[in-house]
Amino acid sequence: MRTYSGHSNAKKSNELYRTNLAKGQTGLSIAFDLPTQTGYDADHELARGEVGKVGVSVAHKGDMHTLLDGIPLGEMNTSMTINATAMWLLSLYIATGDENGVDQAELSGTTQNDILKEYLSRGTYNNVPKWNPINICSYHLQEAGATPVQEIAYAMSNAIAVLDAVRDRGEVPEDEFHKVFGRISFFVNAGIRFIEEHAKLRAMGRIWDELGRDRYGVTDEKMRRFRYGVQVNSLGLTESQPENNLQRIVLEALAVTIGRDARARALQLPAWNEALGLPRPWDQQWALRIQQVLAFETDLLDYPDIFEGSKVMDGLVDELVQGAKAEMAVVEEHGGAVNAVPYMKAALVESNSRRLGRIESGEQIVVGQNKFASTEESPLTADAEGGIMTIDPEVERELIDEVRKWRSERDQAAVDEALAALADAARDDSINLMPLSIAAAKAGATTGEWSATLRDVFGEYRAPTGIGDAAVTVDDVVLAGLRERVEQVSDQLGRRIKILIGKPGLDGHSNGSEQISVRARDCGMDVVYDGIRLTPAQIANSAVQEGVHVVGLSILSGSHMELIPNVIEALREAGVDVPVVCGGIIPEADAPKLIEAGVARVYTPKDFELNRIMGDIIDLVAAKAGATAVA
Amino acid sequence: MNANPPDPAELGRRLAARDRTAAPAALNVIEQTGERHAADVAALLAEVAPEKLGGDAPGMIVGVTGPPGAGKSTLLSELVAKWRERGKSVAVLAIDPSSKRSGGSLLGDRARIRVEPGDTDVLIRSTATATRLGGLAPATREAALAMAAAFDVVIVETVGVGQSETDIAELADSVVVIVQPASGDVLQFIKSGVMEIPDLLVVTKSDLGAPATRAARELMGTVKTLGSHTPVLLVSSLPPSTGVDELIDTVESHHASLDLPASRAEARRAAALDAFVHEHGERGLRAVGGRRAAQRLLAEPSPTPGLPRLVELLQDAAGY
Repeated sequence: MRTYSGHSNAKKSNELYRTNLAKGQTGLSIAFDLPTQTGYDADHELARGEVGKVGVSVAHKGDMHTLLDGIPLGEMNTSMTINATAMWLLSLYIATGDENGVDQAELSGTTQNDILKEYLSRGTYNNVPKWNPINICSYHLQEAGATPVQEIAYAMSNAIAVLDAVRDRGEVPEDEFHKVFGRISFFVNAGIRFIEEHAKLRAMGRIWDELGRDRYGVTDEKMRRFRYGVQVNSLGLTESQPENNLQRIVLEALAVTIGRDARARALQLPAWNEALGLPRPWDQQWALRIQQVLAFETDLLDYPDIFEGSKVMDGLVDELVQGAKAEMAVVEEHGGAVNAVPYMKAALVESNSRRLGRIESGEQIVVGQNKFASTEESPLTADAEGGIMTIDPEVERELIDEVRKWRSERDQAAVDEALAALADAARDDSINLMPLSIAAAKAGATTGEWSATLRDVFGEYRAPTGIGDAAVTVDDVVLAGLRERVEQVSDQLGRRIKILIGKPGLDGHSNGSEQISVRARDCGMDVVYDGIRLTPAQIANSAVQEGVHVVGLSILSGSHMELIPNVIEALREAGVDVPVVCGGIIPEADAPKLIEAGVARVYTPKDFELNRIMGDIIDLVAAKAGATAVA
Repeated sequence: MNANPPDPAELGRRLAARDRTAAPAALNVIEQTGERHAADVAALLAEVAPEKLGGDAPGMIVGVTGPPGAGKSTLLSELVAKWRERGKSVAVLAIDPSSKRSGGSLLGDRARIRVEPGDTDVLIRSTATATRLGGLAPATREAALAMAAAFDVVIVETVGVGQSETDIAELADSVVVIVQPASGDVLQFIKSGVMEIPDLLVVTKSDLGAPATRAARELMGTVKTLGSHTPVLLVSSLPPSTGVDELIDTVESHHASLDLPASRAEARRAAALDAFVHEHGERGLRAVGGRRAAQRLLAEPSPTPGLPRLVELLQDAAGY
């Protein structure tokens, strides 16, 4: 039982963890801020506005010591939701444990990690045997719009890609391969259709067992057990009438706990107000209490598997298994998960676009959003902050000062030497980077320095966006009016309406911007999709070079008040005089301030009608063109 | 978009003087379609025509084409980086297909090419094919010829395999076709004669090992059987990339061996014919006496003049 938490600096988060443990939490799920997750120190340009926001900033071993101060590491099951910098944060964790006299063999937990082959085949599984280095994360698949069949199929295909790669590298002896298989865990999502969601998990268990036995020859049944942790769906949480999210979360929690044969090993629940902004400690406590009620008050855990022998459940599982296997075969045809990334990505964008289309048309009911939308004033969001936590902007300044101070006070020569050794090792495929990372951690290197060292060697891979292949999913009739408007205005401009869509800041949640991109294309616009993690200067440069008529920005990290005005300023400096619209997890209260800063339209999560947004965009471009023509 | 749009001829003159900051605004003008804008486009292009420049625009025009998923964008990102390391200025015209149903397009290549925002020596411009076949956008030819006045390297990237190379071959000085290992498309097209052999064949994803080497070997064999000397290269563009420097060397030496005036004259003639047909349709073409007659007409003047003059030739002949 744990809640995903952390904010501001190490000291404040440490206080939070201690309080949570005192409240009955049994593990840690560390939320890092976006700069830490993506490998930048607080004083990097890209980190601006994001420091300490969605999690804690951990720049070096000093921070890790503070973060874990007084917490018995040997007894903790720790989850780190982190990809790119997983190896580094695990190194800091181990270094901290070492310096506190905790043996590596005692540490247990999970890092969500994507640098797959590196990790598994270089023997990490032997050094920290209780750590699950790889977590096949299908959570984000559902957040990206996956149907249950897609979620199963893509998660399994990813796992196959990892396992095949490790096997083919031949560095793991055959008789130890079952250990690698057994250390793979999954991180899945659970949605509101909780019966089918439960069937999904049973289906995953069945396929995983078969894969282990048939494809990888794992004979030990225990090693073939499907192990997974859960974060329930935040995609379905709404901003309107947010109190309804609580019952959604409870039902989703049931999906992953109701049948013993497919019960989650670790569960974390979001707070009811996630769609509004950052949850406060009280909101997180409420999320923890849900789990405690389920576990200690109900009889949920008293029985063996309650679906044993259920024809309906078995039928549902059979159906999902069949569907998933068919989809896995398609991925295989595309050359396996690695080569099929563009295919899978396009399929997900399509599913999500279909889902949004159903909500828009009212075919899929979302209570409080597209149906039963009238509401009494909510006392939960009545306070000045709107029922969320706001981080003092001062935190960022303090952390910038702190990391600079850290760098000036450490033994620079030792750090340089450790990073040079890391760089050398990274160029050599056969060397395990883990011990060198631990050495760098002990020498006092920072998160940004470790990442920069590896970025220099490996370069930066820009993943395919996949959206170009997404099919039209909305009825032509519905779009006809918008298309006609686009043609008219384009004719007036002499060029087709061209829109730039991009995400400033560090958050990687690209669903919103992808959906806007796909719909804008379906309305007839030329859409330049600029991708994620962009600096204001990059966005301005793209707007100039592409000659766009309008700019759309998406931001979900809560840093819009810092970043959006920066982008507007950069556009002005670059001489781009076009309307800017923005959307994301933006509290209602911030909208007027953004408009004042020069944004033409602000869209919050309650604006689910994409066609209305498209209409606005066309009007804005037309108004601008009209004004220019008159001038 | 600005209250006072820049003067098209002035933009053309700035390009001719290798002022690359004029490029985006120049492209905004060139990409305009419709009669209302034709004069502006012609005024700009006249300034970068060979008559005005005193010869062909100096930049290399390199076509890069291949099927979807072959690794074009990743390779492009590496090509841009390496050419920049060599001190060359680079313009990329990335062309993606438009949706037939909506007329709109999703242009995602930009997201995959990392450039320094302050570096005015790199330009990435995404355009859509609109209703055209053949992989080029309506103004790509004009745009590429104009960019070649200001940039050292102009890369035109198109999607497709089979037919789309013809158009790009007319336009580009050198054509690079990207081949994805384990996909037999290109090999089959070359064998069957559907596709002309390009100047350069590149097998991507050499990090895959055996499948890539096998694909390269098969291609080399086929090319040889057909009596061609087209080089076949293996690259891995995933960082740290391999083979990209060699690819650049090969492109540059192919370019050096070209009869550039002849190649550019062909590009301009094709562009003029294309622009004319786009504006006046098959009807206009019949007024000139058909496609052959139009081509003969364009081939008459020596040396071949710039684009605006060539289009005028056709319009005069048609009596417009």
